[in-house]
Amino acid sequence: MDFSIASILLLDGMTNGAVYALLGLATVLVFTVTRVIFIPQGEFVSYGALTLAILQTGKVPGTVWLLMGLALVAALMEWRSSGLKSGLKTLLLPALASGLTWWAAPLQLPLLIQAILSIAVVTAFGPLVYRVAFQSLESASPLVLLIVSVGVHFAMTGFGLVFFGAEGYRSPSFWDTRFNLGSLTLTGQALIIFIAALALIAMLWLFFERTLFGKALRATAVNRTGARLMGVSTHTAGQLTFLLAAMIGAISGLLIGPSTTVFYDSGFLIGLKGFVAAVVAGLSSYPVALVGALFVGVVESFASFWASSFKEVIVFTLILPVLLWRSLTTVHSDEEH
Amino acid sequence: MKFKTKLIAATVTTAFCSLINPAWADINIGVSLALTGPGSGLGIPMQNQLKLFPKTIGGEKVNLIVLDDATDPGKGASNARRFVTEDKVDLILGSCITAVAAAMSDIATEAGTVQIAGSPVGLPAGKDKWVFRLPQSNTVMGHAMVEHMKKQGIKTVGFLGYTDAYGEQWLKEISPQLEQAGIKLVAVERFARPDTSVTPQALKLTSANPDAILIVASGSGAAMPELGILDRGYKGKIYQTHAAASQDLVRVGGKAMDGTFVVSGPAVIAEQLPDSHPSKKVAIDFVQQYEKANGAGSRNQFAGHAYDFQVAMEKVLPMALKKAKPGTPEFRAAIRDGLETMGRTTFAHGVMNWSAADHWGYTLETGVMLKVVNGQFKVE
Repeated sequence: MDFSIASILLLDGMTNGAVYALLGLATVLVFTVTRVIFIPQGEFVSYGALTLAILQTGKVPGTVWLLMGLALVAALMEWRSSGLKSGLKTLLLPALASGLTWWAAPLQLPLLIQAILSIAVVTAFGPLVYRVAFQSLESASPLVLLIVSVGVHFAMTGFGLVFFGAEGYRSPSFWDTRFNLGSLTLTGQALIIFIAALALIAMLWLFFERTLFGKALRATAVNRTGARLMGVSTHTAGQLTFLLAAMIGAISGLLIGPSTTVFYDSGFLIGLKGFVAAVVAGLSSYPVALVGALFVGVVESFASFWASSFKEVIVFTLILPVLLWRSLTTVHSDEEH
Repeated sequence: MKFKTKLIAATVTTAFCSLINPAWADINIGVSLALTGPGSGLGIPMQNQLKLFPKTIGGEKVNLIVLDDATDPGKGASNARRFVTEDKVDLILGSCITAVAAAMSDIATEAGTVQIAGSPVGLPAGKDKWVFRLPQSNTVMGHAMVEHMKKQGIKTVGFLGYTDAYGEQWLKEISPQLEQAGIKLVAVERFARPDTSVTPQALKLTSANPDAILIVASGSGAAMPELGILDRGYKGKIYQTHAAASQDLVRVGGKAMDGTFVVSGPAVIAEQLPDSHPSKKVAIDFVQQYEKANGAGSRNQFAGHAYDFQVAMEKVLPMALKKAKPGTPEFRAAIRDGLETMGRTTFAHGVMNWSAADHWGYTLETGVMLKVVNGQFKVE
């Protein structure tokens, strides 16, 4: 192993790590606001990548039908609980996103527009998943929420198989340039991954620091009951959180799609690595999750080089010393303040 | 529902026949296939081919009792149980899914009934006394590949395969064959289908700089590792296994796949086979028959296995009929002996030579090397 190999591995690890970081941030976000350990985060990744890949072939992606189905279920639930008007309101955004995609699919629009459509469709899943699976269990224990979340994961993987089929797809690269820095080759796509990750993190920071909605989410994360007393709706907070999580997932999918073949079930493992990063951060700290994710990416890359058969073992064993260290250093506190 | 009516029809036919002459005069074959569930893509083509199965063989009426195992090992086992206890079949065909076939094998063995599996079910030595397989083993495919490497003058090979059973089987099969051919295996790297990058493995492989790299992966998952290796500027030859011999490889990998060598069974590339390949005539017959009934371009590897099943039956059942009456344990044993002693038989999928010691059976001339040229598979 010389310097050039090490730097290539480092770059490869950081590129994957940047995607894990986004997913890690989404996991931390969802957990702090809703106390859901969101296993299906990775499913949004494969949904995003596959939706774009199928749009590229000029067909209507299956996610459009799935979204409409889910929106109808959510609208019916909403109608029963809070009336017709709010039911129709639930239906509005998903109908718009899927209708637009359905109309645009055969037109072979430019890649960027198709990418935006894919993000729109997958993002619309977020609030609906929350409405259908989690909203009525808002005050349940984290364990119950975790079990539901595992169920949602299996359901989404199953629907992925039905709507996308068993074979994988590769979406086209957004930027096909290559930069040569000595022995190091930086692809345009890797650059886009870094820029997109940084931009998303900056935007999330602005959202939480500067906007009313962001502050409401933070308030809910710190103290649910207190936030409710101050007039922050936990329903809205939950749905908004899931909207952000789904959007981050979809964008991650588009970022990772051109560099690997994405299958209907690929997202799980990618999401799980984001989850490891989130656990490193104790499911609470954004900056630590970011560092943790980059660390996971780099460890993965070096592990594949030295012992590729044990790569996953090494990456997931990493979580043990971190948990041990956390349990020894953190003072125990109740999760509900 | 169509399937149910057929089942009823089959049962009714059996009932009628038993009125006319004693039931044991008919040959009954129990067929369990994945007609629903994730394996249905393999089971349905087999069923389509079985529709062309002859009504009589060797002057005896043959009844096929087709049941759906829904890609579920439990369902497959209960189908097998039904075949041996209620239908008292002479022979079982199925399943096309390895796990289901494995679940059925215990019951077939216990009842002393031959099971011909449409999947490469691996059983411990001695356990497969009653089980025969229609698909080729990796050994046979590996042989064609190593022969091709020898011809290309390859001295060193790198291995990049799935971390699962498929990758492991190939590594186990190909290592001794390479050693025998005097080819050195210089690097062994593994990856998993959902991996986001193989850059580190590709780095290690290309720094070992072998003459050829063998990629063991399946379908559309086989393109990503090859692209990863090419990305690192690898200029040597790249080999892929028969699990990658589908259009999905080219669909995902695009232009970059050109020049890749892929090993394959002969059935689906019938017309392209060199005249010297023993299966050419049979494979063309299969493809023409099947596509006449199911439309152009509908040919399928598993339909080919069902066709081969028919070839084997037409050879073995007359032999067994000479020894015993259908419906008796002696007849079932005679079928087994017949399969083991039928000798070289040309299948659409290669040359089969089952023996008491080898229930896989394909001879080494079976595998065919293909090359990707302009996105099409061409026989080398």
